[in-house]
Amino acid sequence: MNWTLMWDSLPRLLAALPLTLELVALSLAFGAVLAFATALLRLSGNRVAVALTSAYTFIFRGTPLLVQIFLIYYGLSQIDLIRDSFLWPVLSQPMWCAILALALNTGAYTSEILRGAIETVPQGQVEAAKACGMSRVRLFRRIVLPVAIRQMLPAYGNEVILMVKASSLASTITMMEITGVARRMIAQTFAVFEIFIVAGILYLLINFVATRLIRHAEWRMTPYLRARA
Amino acid sequence: MLDLLTSGLHGWGPQLLSGTAMTVAVALSSFLLGLAFGAAGAAAKLSDSLVLRGLAEIYTTAVRGVPELLVIYLLFFGGSGMIMAVAGIFGYGGLIELNAFSIGVAAVGLISGAYSTEVIRGAVKSVPYGQIEAARACGMGRWRILRRVLVPQTLRFALPGLGNVWQLTLKDTALISVTALAEIMRVAHTAAGSTRQSFLFYSVAALLYLALTTVSTTAFQQAERYASRGVRRA
Repeated sequence: MNWTLMWDSLPRLLAALPLTLELVALSLAFGAVLAFATALLRLSGNRVAVALTSAYTFIFRGTPLLVQIFLIYYGLSQIDLIRDSFLWPVLSQPMWCAILALALNTGAYTSEILRGAIETVPQGQVEAAKACGMSRVRLFRRIVLPVAIRQMLPAYGNEVILMVKASSLASTITMMEITGVARRMIAQTFAVFEIFIVAGILYLLINFVATRLIRHAEWRMTPYLRARA
Repeated sequence: MLDLLTSGLHGWGPQLLSGTAMTVAVALSSFLLGLAFGAAGAAAKLSDSLVLRGLAEIYTTAVRGVPELLVIYLLFFGGSGMIMAVAGIFGYGGLIELNAFSIGVAAVGLISGAYSTEVIRGAVKSVPYGQIEAARACGMGRWRILRRVLVPQTLRFALPGLGNVWQLTLKDTALISVTALAEIMRVAHTAAGSTRQSFLFYSVAALLYLALTTVSTTAFQQAERYASRGVRRA
């Protein structure tokens, strides 16, 4: 074990941390919007909407993320229609291709989590809200959504960890985030274990913080479960 | 359909088919290896030994918290070195090189095993303790209880979770294309490079994976139905 090498690799790996965090944060943000829309359409009962959203979740949950990233980064750039469109300035950049792929992927998984959570909202609460004269929108905003979000948090925490790990795949399309830098340094120094350990600890720390944040959100949202002082 | 695959796709059909076979072979081997790791990990986590519990905890936390790609790089660049270090202890000083297949299976198996550990541990814990007491009261020995009471029921409880682990494992095999093993993703990448038809070949790869995941979902549903045939439905 070469401790000095481990210590020296830290600044370079830490320098890649912001990019990893940026990839994760942007993908999760876009993914959440996508998941929300997808779950609503899926529950809308409209046959076209249900078919489209089912196909979306089926395809993105049934194929490896690597295929999705390559399809977007290498595949879309071949289509003239996209090259000529206003989307090209965005899709010609690996950063946005990675974020698009990650967001589409997490959107598919999260929409299923959200749909499951919405379906477990107790029917009695919905009926009570209706009896109070709430409109559909208000019922959704005040009763269904808060209860569902609270319900989905543990599962969503797992999804966040999966996204932190998935962001490493951006290194396959030239993005130098933590895994990309780690790979390059392994090739330069052949110090496989040292660099793996440092990079691995960085990821474990990110995941630890993310888990704590989700736990804290869960704690905040379930005051009724806490013992009264 | 088959004709299109063999003659169409710019002549890459046969390679894609053998790539699919390779993906299935890697996924099956990794999954089985993962089951072995998972059973050992679950046994360690449920044991009385603090050391074993600690080691199993480190294994599952580290492997589930670190990107799969990083684990694959570790074994790809460091695997031979590790084996050679172990062989060195036993007095063998020669060069040992692992092929891409065994490195891939070892890496994906390691990852799969960490998830299997949690699934199997949960399943063992859901076997009612009264049944084990009853078996003991009947005079069954430890191994007989394991074989007749614990394992059959654990399998049934673990099936849905193991189905998820299988899907993860199957999709993780795409990552070992970075080690140049000729599975679906690698063949698609090579074909896309030589024909400049990236969209076509990655779409075909996506379809092949979709077919594999769909078939295995159905298979696991059948297995679950078979395993719970003796259970009353509410």
